[in-house]
Amino acid sequence: MSLLIYGLINSVILALYTVGFSLCYGISGIANFSHGALYILSGFTAWNLLNLAGLPFYLSAVLSVIITAILGFLFYWVLLLRVRGTPLAELIVTFAAGMGLLELLTWKGFYGMRYSLPLYMKGGIEIGPVAIDYQRLFVVGTGVALVVFLWFFVHHTRVGLAFRAMAQNERTALSVGIESDWIGSLSMALGAALAAIAAMVILPLGMMESSIGLEVLIYALAVAIVGGLESTLGMIVGSFIIGFGQIAAARYIGAKWMIIVPLAAIVLVLVIKPSGIFGKFKELEERV
Amino acid sequence: MVEATVQYRRKRLDRGIKARTDTIFVIASKRDTLYLLLPRVLPVIALLILPLVLKGYWGKVVVFACMYGLLALSWDFMACCGLFSLGQALFFGMGAYIAGTLNYYFHIPPIITVPVATLGSGLLCAALLGPVVRLKGVYFAMITLMLPLLLKKMIDTTGIFGGTHGLPSLSPFPSELVATYLAVVGFLACLFIFRRVINSDYGLVLRAIRDDDRAVMSGAINIYWRKIQAVFISGAVGGFAGALMTHHFQFLGMSTFALDYSILPVAAVALGGQGTFAGAAIGSLILVPLSESLRALGGLRMAIYCGILIVSIIGLPEGIFHYMARKYHQFEKVVEVK
Repeated sequence: MSLLIYGLINSVILALYTVGFSLCYGISGIANFSHGALYILSGFTAWNLLNLAGLPFYLSAVLSVIITAILGFLFYWVLLLRVRGTPLAELIVTFAAGMGLLELLTWKGFYGMRYSLPLYMKGGIEIGPVAIDYQRLFVVGTGVALVVFLWFFVHHTRVGLAFRAMAQNERTALSVGIESDWIGSLSMALGAALAAIAAMVILPLGMMESSIGLEVLIYALAVAIVGGLESTLGMIVGSFIIGFGQIAAARYIGAKWMIIVPLAAIVLVLVIKPSGIFGKFKELEERV
Repeated sequence: MVEATVQYRRKRLDRGIKARTDTIFVIASKRDTLYLLLPRVLPVIALLILPLVLKGYWGKVVVFACMYGLLALSWDFMACCGLFSLGQALFFGMGAYIAGTLNYYFHIPPIITVPVATLGSGLLCAALLGPVVRLKGVYFAMITLMLPLLLKKMIDTTGIFGGTHGLPSLSPFPSELVATYLAVVGFLACLFIFRRVINSDYGLVLRAIRDDDRAVMSGAINIYWRKIQAVFISGAVGGFAGALMTHHFQFLGMSTFALDYSILPVAAVALGGQGTFAGAAIGSLILVPLSESLRALGGLRMAIYCGILIVSIIGLPEGIFHYMARKYHQFEKVVEVK
C-alpha cells in the first residue's frame, strides 16, 4: 500500500519535473538544457522575495513563477534567436546558460539549511497504514491539475492550437500566419513557468540547493527519453515507470540503488524501442 | 550633378600558393616553404620547450592544458562522425578509475596501468555507448550528459572504489618531467594522428556519416559499427588523459566524473573551431591558462567558461582557428568601389 502511494507521489514529482521540458521541446524543438537551472532559480527568487522583500509566501510564489516565465521569454530573444535552426548550437547555448546560472547560484552561497520554503499546509492524513502529509497530496493535486489544464490549453485555445500547429509542421504554420519566433519564445516562457510551478510545489518538501537543478535536469531527460519526447502520454507513463521503479528498488534492494533505475530504464527502452515507449515514427527517423 | 561619394571595400585574394585544394600546395621558394611550415612547426617546438622553461605551478598548468587538449581532441573526433557528446567526463573518469583501482588494489606500476586504462576505457565506453550510437544529435547528447553524473552518484551512494573519499597515495611517475612530457607528447601525437586519420579514407567515411548517414548506409557501410569505432578511439584518448592525471596527482576521486571535464572540452572546441582538431588544441591552450589565472575567483570559474562558451558560439561561430587560417591564407586590401 505504501509502495503504491509513495510510488504515485514520486511519479507525479517526476512528471512535474519533465512537463515543461517536454512541452518546450515538443513545440519548438528547443531542448532546453537550462530547465533544471530555471527550476532552482525560481526557488531562490521566491525565497528572496519571501525573506528579504518580506512579501507573503503565496504572492512571492506567484511572482517568482511570473519572473521565471519572463526570463525564459527573454532567454529566447536574447540568446537563442541568434543560433536558431542549428539544434546543437541551441543545445550548447542552453546547456551553458543553465550551468552558468547554477554555478552563479553556488558561488553566491545558495545552499544549506537556511534555504527552504515553507509548507503550504501542515499536518497530514492516514490512508490505511500509510501516513501522508498534505503537502505531498497537494503536489499530486497540482500535477493532475496541470496535466488537465495543459490538455485543455493545447486543444481549445488559440495560442495552444498555434503551439500544436508549430509542432506538427512549422512551414505550414508560417503560411497561415503563425509567427515562429513568437511561438518559440512563448513556448520557452511556458516551459520556464512550468518549471517554476513545479519548483513552488515540490521545493517546500526539502532543502534548496543549487545542485538540485542538475538532478531535475537529469530526471527530466530520463523521463523524456523513456517516454518518448513529444508525447504527453509517453511522458506520464515514463514518469510512472521510473517513479514506481525507484520506490520499488528502494524498498526491496536498498535506497542507494534508486539511482540505477533511470539508467536501467533508459538502456532497456533504447535497446527495445529506441524512439521511446510512445514515440511516433517521425521521431524514430530523427533519433535513429 | 550629384557628387559621387567615394566608397571603399575590402578585397580578398587567396595567396597564389594554393593549388586546387586546401591540402595541396605549389611551393616555389624558401619563403613559400617557411610560410607553410612555420604555423605548423612553431607551436610544436614551443610546446616541447615550454615544460623545460616553466617550473612549479605553471609547469602543472602545461599538463592540465594537454589533458584538456586531449579531451577536446576526443570530443572533436566524435563530433566528426556526428556524435555530439556532453559527457567527456565519462571517458576521463573511466580511464582514471581503471588506472587508479589497478594501482591501488593490485599495486601495478603506472607503466602498465596507463596503457591498460587507455584500452580498457576505450572498450568500456564503446560497450556503454554501443546501444546508444543509434541516436543522433540532441538525444545522444542527453545520454552522454547523464552517464557520468549517474556513475558519479552510483560511486557516491554505493561506496565502491573508495566512494566519496577516493583512493589516495597512488604511485607517481618517476619524475615531474616524465609526466609532463608524457602529456605533451601524447597530446601532440594525438593531434597529428587525428589530423591524418580524418583526411584518410577512413576519416572520409566518418565525416560522411556526419553529413548524410543515409547515403553512407546506402553505400553498404555499417554506420553503427563505424560510430562504435569512433567512440572507442575517442574513449581511449580520454581514458589516457584520465589515467595520466590520476598518476600525476596520485589521487583518484569522484571529481573525475565532474562536469568540468565535460564542459571545458566543448568550450575549447567552440572557441577554437570545430572539425580540424587544431581548433580544439588552440582552444584548450587558450582556455586552460586563462582559467588558471582566474583561479582566484573560485566558484565563478565555471560560470565564466559558460559565458565564454555562449559568447564564442554566438559571436564567432566558426571559431578562432578557422578565422585565423582564413586571414593567414588571404591578402586583404582596400579598393575603391567603382
